Amino acid sequence: MAETLKIKGPDRTKSPSIVDAVDFRLSLKPYEKYTLDNGVDVYAVNAGAEDVLLLEWVFFAGNCQEEKNLVAATANFLLRNGTSTRNAFAINEHFEYYGSYLNRSCFNETANITLHCLNRHVAELLPVVRELILDSVMPEDELAIYKQNMKQRLKVNLKKSDFVASRLIDARLYGANHPYGKYSQAEDFDSLDRSELLKFYEEYYKNGRWIMFVAGKIPADLPGLLNKYFGDIPCSSVKVKETGIEVAEEKRSRVINDPDGVQGSIRIARPFPNRHHPDFLPAMVLNTVFGGFFGSRLMSNIREEKGYTYGIHSYLHNHVQHSAWMISTEAGKDVSEATVQEVYKEMEILREEKIDEEELQLVRNFMMGGLLGDLDGPFQIIGRWKNIILNGLTEQYFYDSINTIRTVSADELQELARKYLKPEEFFEMIVV
Amino acid sequence: MIQFERFTLDNGLKVIVHQDLSTPMAVVNIMYDVGARDEDPQKTGFAHLFEHLMFGGSVNVPVYDEPLQMAGGENNAYTTNDLTNYYIQLPAENLETAFWLESDRMLSLAFSDKSLDVQRKVVCEEFKEHYLTKPYGDVWHKMRELAYTRHPYRWMTIGKELSHIEQAQLSDVRNFFFKHYRPVNAVLVVAGNVTVERVRELAEKWFGDIPSGERYIRNLPKEPIQKEERRQELRADVPLDALYKCWHMPNRLDQNYYVTDLLSDILSGGGSSRLYQSLVKEKQLFSNVECYHFGSSDAGLLCIEGKLVKGVSIEDAERAVDEELEKIKTHEVSTNELQKVKHKTESMIAFEDMSVMSRANSLAYYETLGDAAWMNYELEKYGSVTTKDILRQAGEIFRDTNCNTIHYLSANKN
Repeated sequence: MAETLKIKGPDRTKSPSIVDAVDFRLSLKPYEKYTLDNGVDVYAVNAGAEDVLLLEWVFFAGNCQEEKNLVAATANFLLRNGTSTRNAFAINEHFEYYGSYLNRSCFNETANITLHCLNRHVAELLPVVRELILDSVMPEDELAIYKQNMKQRLKVNLKKSDFVASRLIDARLYGANHPYGKYSQAEDFDSLDRSELLKFYEEYYKNGRWIMFVAGKIPADLPGLLNKYFGDIPCSSVKVKETGIEVAEEKRSRVINDPDGVQGSIRIARPFPNRHHPDFLPAMVLNTVFGGFFGSRLMSNIREEKGYTYGIHSYLHNHVQHSAWMISTEAGKDVSEATVQEVYKEMEILREEKIDEEELQLVRNFMMGGLLGDLDGPFQIIGRWKNIILNGLTEQYFYDSINTIRTVSADELQELARKYLKPEEFFEMIVV
Repeated sequence: MIQFERFTLDNGLKVIVHQDLSTPMAVVNIMYDVGARDEDPQKTGFAHLFEHLMFGGSVNVPVYDEPLQMAGGENNAYTTNDLTNYYIQLPAENLETAFWLESDRMLSLAFSDKSLDVQRKVVCEEFKEHYLTKPYGDVWHKMRELAYTRHPYRWMTIGKELSHIEQAQLSDVRNFFFKHYRPVNAVLVVAGNVTVERVRELAEKWFGDIPSGERYIRNLPKEPIQKEERRQELRADVPLDALYKCWHMPNRLDQNYYVTDLLSDILSGGGSSRLYQSLVKEKQLFSNVECYHFGSSDAGLLCIEGKLVKGVSIEDAERAVDEELEKIKTHEVSTNELQKVKHKTESMIAFEDMSVMSRANSLAYYETLGDAAWMNYELEKYGSVTTKDILRQAGEIFRDTNCNTIHYLSANKN
């Protein structure tokens, strides 16, 4: 049946001609920068058709600054749970009444408050964000509920082999005392004390260092509003604390978390330098070939050829100070060891054989197409800028990455594979 | 207001074009009007397994992904109980590559034994990863079987059991394909930096000669009205007791669907919602509690689920949920509270509509449901809901005889 069909229509056996994505001119829409009266920098991207805004307050109040586990994350969490004039319910109701989303998240170097809203409501919302920054009280009862619920959540998560594997491998890579490697136990929640949280809040929010990012269809009066509500909040010169990494001795671990488990969570990883290192950008390309997209070597071999897993990915950790190169998958229990061996085999092939030009061209085009698609809309564009700024990079990094995608050679990638994709330098973890 | 144009090819394929010149990209989205509800009860999980096979090569294109990646494109797909959707995003200059690839797999798959063999294994691993190894992972299998006695929502998209997937045969694959994956059962949406003329030309060229196929007439067993309360107790190696309650709710085209959707937002979905405030914050019976539904096309389920604070008895927890439901059944919500969830809905739609991909997906969805233009009336339908509607609908839904309850208890009482 298909035979006769082929004759009637267009020539279906040949791909229509394409424009190579590497030939696209890509530019990152520049930000506008305002400075508030207190010296705080606001980076803004004005774009988009919908009347919506994203505002982000970024404080240098991440896990790196805490002296005790969970203090930074808990202080960040409780920002929304009470001021001297509003309880948690009233705060939530205010933001929710206007259909806005107020979130907060804590990372390693920074911690933030994020507001998504419709433009017409922003003036009602900003004064309350100001209150959170200057007047959070972190009530004792809110802390108690938080502790109880977080301990319960942890208990459920500890049943999941993927959760356990991810935290164990990070501890191996960075050390259990490093912000990137440490993880929480139930006792850490128990020992949290309100006064420590308030002290942290005082130092890193009320009197901390912070910057802002804004994106969307920015109304003309927004800079004025930001200055009105945030231009008098102190901004200090907090420095991000740096901790040395302590790489573990033992490289290979097998952990049984659930004796009846049917899958193994596999994590294979090695330390890797951060974005300022000249190997970082070419490694992004090599990583894409290796395990960074659906057509990658790992995916083709281990999912599409052998069916050992629903998905296998490799990536570089998105950390500021140190990174790591990670391979991650959940595979059938009986094929977990075989999966690990296949990962090493793929490393070997990348070390031994040059990537052929057609595959490399495909990866270049795929990465450029992805970059083009990612720059769709104001929120994505400000996300790129945020990444550049918080990593201490400049606009040049964006153009360097495009240039690397376009020009890195198969020889350079092979050399890079020989330098980094050495199984003996990888930590290996299987948690069932 | 989302603008679009629509035309139908001679073979019955519906085509929708949505132009947005602010992006350099194009999106090609094909939705097939088939989901897990259309499966044979003895061969469940098939629509989803089939979605995987759609990437295993078509009659003239041995490998689907590579040419697309070469053109700078990305793609993915998903299957629900109601439908199956495939989407591509690529630089607009390379639009034709998407037409070539999608039309060839609509023309005919390669039907390779190797691909079936591998994807059976992949889907089994997906089944294990999401439903067997995760604590509480089997609860929706149980709940669907409790709440539905006849309608095929009885099983999940992934399938009723692993064996159904393991036993899938190539002949099943072929039959399924020629029954459902025909132009007459599909909607093609092309969005982004495109023109109607160009899309029409490409659609005629690449899809025009595909035999139209027979229109699939859906004739599913109707779920009889539930007449008595249903309960089940499960014990498993989970750290916390959990409560799950589900009530039957109206189908997607019923105006009361919108009332129910807002009702669920009033109950949960934010730090100031009723269940969270009462049960997590004030009474501290649950560590989390949520109320939601699946947006099903046919009559679906409204669910409340929560994990209990250690030491709380499941009876006390359930009683407290019932008290909250009693309140909303007997007292009208304030206009402010209703306005809050309407605002939330409005901004959610605005944020979703920022992405071309999401707009393309919505157009395909509403067209499959009946009319792409409905996308532009959603806000109006939510807007017309009154506080009286909420009161009436709460009374209609939250009846004991409409309710299915699972107590999911921790087997290790430490």
